[in-house]
Amino acid sequence: MSKISVSDLNFFYGKAQALHDISIDIPEREVVAFIGPSGCGKSTFLRTLNRMNDTIPIARVEGKVMIDGKDVYEPNTDVASLRRKVGMVFQKSNPFPKSIFENVAYGIRINGIHKNRADLYERVEKALNDAALLGEVKDRMNTSAFGLSGGQQQRLCIARALAVQPEVILMDEPASALDPIATQKIEELIVELKKQYTIAIVTHNMQQAARVSDRTAFFMLGKLVEVNPTQKMFTNPDEKLTEDYITGRFG
Amino acid sequence: MTTLTAACAFGVIAVLIFVLGYIAFQGISSLSWQFLVQTPKPVGEGGGIGNAIVGSLILLGLASCVGIPLGIIIGTYLAEMGDGWFGTIVRFVADTMIGIPSIVFGVFVYAVVVLQQGYFSTLAGALSLALIMIPIVTRTTEEMVRLVPKSMREGALALGAPQWRVTKDIVIPAAMTGIATGAMLAVARVLGETAPLLFTAFGSRFYNIYLDEPMASMTVQIYNYAISPFEEWHAKAWAATLVLVTLILFINIIVRFLTRRKY
Repeated sequence: MSKISVSDLNFFYGKAQALHDISIDIPEREVVAFIGPSGCGKSTFLRTLNRMNDTIPIARVEGKVMIDGKDVYEPNTDVASLRRKVGMVFQKSNPFPKSIFENVAYGIRINGIHKNRADLYERVEKALNDAALLGEVKDRMNTSAFGLSGGQQQRLCIARALAVQPEVILMDEPASALDPIATQKIEELIVELKKQYTIAIVTHNMQQAARVSDRTAFFMLGKLVEVNPTQKMFTNPDEKLTEDYITGRFG
Repeated sequence: MTTLTAACAFGVIAVLIFVLGYIAFQGISSLSWQFLVQTPKPVGEGGGIGNAIVGSLILLGLASCVGIPLGIIIGTYLAEMGDGWFGTIVRFVADTMIGIPSIVFGVFVYAVVVLQQGYFSTLAGALSLALIMIPIVTRTTEEMVRLVPKSMREGALALGAPQWRVTKDIVIPAAMTGIATGAMLAVARVLGETAPLLFTAFGSRFYNIYLDEPMASMTVQIYNYAISPFEEWHAKAWAATLVLVTLILFINIIVRFLTRRKY
C-alpha cells in the first residue's frame, strides 16, 4: 500500500485556484521528486501533505490526502502529531536562535519523546549522526547554530527533523541555496535516508531529481502533468509537455 | 549624500554631548557621598537625595513589574494574532496612549486612586508610571516580534509545536534584544517623569519603604530643588540630574548585558 495517497486535491488561495485535481501515490521508502517551473504549485502541494498551509488564513483545501490510510484533512486530525510524523526541511535553512544541541533537542523536548537526560543526549547525537553532521559539530554542541556554514545549517535542520522520528520527510528545495559540494552532501544524505524514510523533494534542479529520486512528478500551472519512474521520465516520458520541459525547450 | 547624513548625525550627537557635558559640569561640584545617602535638609545644612534615589528605584521597580510583562504580552498578541478588528482597536489605543501627556496619567490616577483612598501613595505613583510604560513596551514588542522571520516559526511548527510554544520558545527569544530595547526606552522615559508623580507619589523628606505612603523620587526632588530661590539648591538640582542620567546609563548597560545575544 502507498504511504501517501492523494486523490482529487484542489487548493485555493482565496478565489485563486493553485492546484487542480492532483492525484498521486507515493510508496513507502521511496524518493519522489516534484519538478516544474516556478509558481507551478509544487511547493504548495508539498505543504498540503503536512498541513503547513493551515497557517495561511485564506487557504482552502478540497480532496483527500491519505497518509497510512488516514485522511489528514479530517476534522479530528491532530495536526501536531501529523507534523511530527511528516517532517519538513525548508528551502532556506532556518535554525532556531539556540545552540546546536538545543536546535536538535527542541522537537524531542516539545513532543516529550525522551525518557531522561541521557536518552535526550543519545537521540540528539543519533539525529546528528544520521544527518552526517555529528563529526563536524560534536566538539561545539553548545555554540550557536548560526556559527555553522550554510550547508551545515541545512543538515542541522535535517537532523532536527529526524530527531522527532518522522516517517515521511518533505524537502522544499533543500539544496537550492547551497554550493555544489554542500549540495552533493545533501544528495548523498537523501539517498541514505531513503532506507528508513519516505521522502518527497521539490527541486528546480533536474539533474538533482534524476540523481536522487525513484519517481518524478512534473507539475505545470497547478496541474500534475505526469508522474513516472525517474528513469522513464528522463528518457521516454509519456507527455510531450514533460519532454519539452526536461529538454529545456521552456521553463 | 553621505556628507549630509554624517553632518546631521554629528549635529545630533554634538547636542547630546553638550547637554550631558553641561549636566556633568554643573553637577559634579555638589556631588559627594553625603549627597547620595542623606535626606534633604534645610538650606545651608547640606542634605542630599538618598531617599529620592531609593524612592525612584522602588517606583520604577514596581512600575516595571507591571508595565514590562504586560506590554510584552500585549505586543506579542498584536504581532501574532492581532490582525482582526480587536487587534486594530488595541493598537489604536496604545498609539493614543503614547501620545497622551504624562501629566494626564497623573491626574487620572489621582482621581481614581488617590482621591478614593484619601492619601498619596507609592502604589499610586507606580501605577501612573506603569500606565505610561505599557503602550511603549507594547508597540516596540510588536514591531520586534513581527521582525522574526516566518521561516523560523515554520521550522518550529513543522516539528509539531503548538502555536503558543512557537511564540514562547522561538519567537520571543529571537526578538528579545529588541524587546529589551523597548523596555529600556520605557524605563528611561518613566525614570525621568515628574508630573505624574506630583499627583500620586507626591514626594517625601524621609527614607520610606511603605507602599501606602508618599514616596520621594529623584525627579520631584530635582523639581523642588530647582524651583527654590537658593543657589545651593540649584547646584543640588544639577547634581541630582547627573545622578539620574548616570543611573539610566547603568540600568541600560546591565539590561544589555543580561539580554545579550547568546546564540
